[in-house]
Amino acid sequence: MTSTPAVEIDAVSKHFRLYKERNQSLKAAVMRGGRARYEEFWALRDVSLEIPEGSTFALIGENGSGKSTLLKCIARILSPDAGNIRTHGSVAALLELGSGFHPELSGRENVFLNGSILGLTKRDLDRKFDEIVDFAGIEEFIDQPVKNYSSGMYMRLGFSVAINVDPDILLVDEVLAVGDSAFQEKCMAKFADFRRAGKTVVIVSHAMGSMRTLCDQAAWLDHGRVVEVGRADHIVDKYIDKGHEESIPAPEVVTDDAARWGSGEGKLTSVQLLDRNGQPATRFNSGDPVTVRMEYDCSSRIERPVFGLAMENLDGIYAWSQNTRDADVHVPYIEGRGHVDLEIPSLSFQPHGFDLSASICDHTITHIYDFRRHCYRFVVEAETGRPRESGGVVALAGQWRTDHTQASSGETLTDAR
Amino acid sequence: MSLLGDLRDSRGLLVNLTLREVRGKYKRTALGQAWSLFNPIASLLIFTLVFGFVLRVPVPVGDPSGLQVFALYLACGLLPWNFFSGAVSGGMGSLIANANLLRKVFFWRPTLVIATVLSLNVTFGFELVVLFIALLVAGSMPLPWLPLLVVAVVLLTLFALGIALLLSVAVVYFRDTEHFVAIGMQLWFYATPIVYPYSLIQEQAARMQANGNGFPLETVYRLNPMFRFTEVFRSMLYENTFPDWKDLLFCAIAAAVSVAVGITLFNRSQHRLVEEL
Repeated sequence: MTSTPAVEIDAVSKHFRLYKERNQSLKAAVMRGGRARYEEFWALRDVSLEIPEGSTFALIGENGSGKSTLLKCIARILSPDAGNIRTHGSVAALLELGSGFHPELSGRENVFLNGSILGLTKRDLDRKFDEIVDFAGIEEFIDQPVKNYSSGMYMRLGFSVAINVDPDILLVDEVLAVGDSAFQEKCMAKFADFRRAGKTVVIVSHAMGSMRTLCDQAAWLDHGRVVEVGRADHIVDKYIDKGHEESIPAPEVVTDDAARWGSGEGKLTSVQLLDRNGQPATRFNSGDPVTVRMEYDCSSRIERPVFGLAMENLDGIYAWSQNTRDADVHVPYIEGRGHVDLEIPSLSFQPHGFDLSASICDHTITHIYDFRRHCYRFVVEAETGRPRESGGVVALAGQWRTDHTQASSGETLTDAR
Repeated sequence: MSLLGDLRDSRGLLVNLTLREVRGKYKRTALGQAWSLFNPIASLLIFTLVFGFVLRVPVPVGDPSGLQVFALYLACGLLPWNFFSGAVSGGMGSLIANANLLRKVFFWRPTLVIATVLSLNVTFGFELVVLFIALLVAGSMPLPWLPLLVVAVVLLTLFALGIALLLSVAVVYFRDTEHFVAIGMQLWFYATPIVYPYSLIQEQAARMQANGNGFPLETVYRLNPMFRFTEVFRSMLYENTFPDWKDLLFCAIAAAVSVAVGITLFNRSQHRLVEEL
């Protein structure tokens, strides 16, 4: 990147004091000889970054990785213990919307108040007032005290004031999820205008999907240190991959007996996913063939049982389910031990963690012999070399064709974005 | 001077924050802004009853105004004091009261303290107008002293501001400050001749001298800047004379020292301010 940096962060460190017992009272101070006991917590350690002018820059990392602290340091709300931060141009921070609002004052008064807190002059505000109110879409209520506003209106007015500050560098912390979808679109359009005008935006967010598309550069922070800086899509992908490796516990650990019920004449003794070699596995590539094996043990003969399976991803999205009755597979009876297999030719999920639930019911699906909720956890990973799908649950593995490229069979437009 | 630069840059904010304090204070009360007058009137009534009627404090005669009304004598000292003590305690709490704002937005932090003090200036202004009317009705003529009165108000404001700035950060790091200050302000109030005339102290000092007690009571009294401020306000409003220039000078120095110390310590200790809130 040859463009001049808008923000230069040079070897910045910041620590917080985690007080065990805080000396905010006289008694405590006297008892402890005037010294508070605290541990130092390093939120940032020797962070150096350059945020190029005109870029939309993402700071990503887990909770507690220091990204919000860094943002606050750039905004000058916190001052670093070591190192320097230089910003070129005016800075405005969207850390919390409507944080300066006074509940008893009207929307109009609060626009002027909040605007001046964010650094607008009276003249700027007079000029932009209509635009601000219009953007927030609350013309009718502008002379009402803001305490009567719905939370959505409150946030919208706050966002509208903040975005109209028109700084050279805008710092945004997790505020993209404001208002209804129509308002969100307006916000995105405003961000796009911002980028077109060559302004710099620094965003902290956990919404990786939108970060990938919205940002062009990213820095990945982990425990206060910079892991990597580079193109946003690369960094986000690496971060997501790393997250999946680490954050999903070994599936064997997840055997939650509490989530099991049924009358017990037939029990599911084991539910497993087998890979293409017939071996139990918990990690698959998107598109791999998979066999689900359910082993049962019946204390008595069960007539016309129905076997069911369901998959949910770790965000709780219900991804798929099927049972033998819907599949028109009629099992006349089961007795003693045995197993039932479901062969899935292609595990068409996007990379994520999934939980499998399994059940045996009677033919009406009203009586449950055994139901094991989330009895098996598995992880779907991206296959290296295959194009990434941008969002959602299922991987359709579609192929793009445009007028300009005569894509030969099997070739995909991986560089289309 | 970056201080003046900061002040100029944040004047829009200062105006708006001050308006927020003024407008927000009595919102949702039936009497609204009138409360800012009822409070001092109530305390005037109480003090007049206790000290004027029950304890029969001697009422000094205004020279040359010829005024001899305890309530007015009291008001000329009590209103400046009330402003001072309100500004110190309000300014002291202003950072904590606006913790949410400080954590989310960067701006020149002293603005919050200054705005709180200025909002009390507005109230003080109203009170002075009412006092003026009362004085005129009672036969005093304070109008020629109006320009100098403004100077005295400015000096008192600066004096209060410096102390408020200092205490506002102190209270963030050490919450007990608030309660110490509450006690301290009460002591200070009675150590200043507001509800009683200074002549009583002079008599007491003479008596101590006669008894061979060498304690320099008068000197100690005169070191109290609020005593000097009270004298300045009283001489203009109650007595209608030019205040003692030594008192004025003392007030000016006290104001300058207070602001200089306040702002310096504020700047020095604001490094970890937001984390400690």
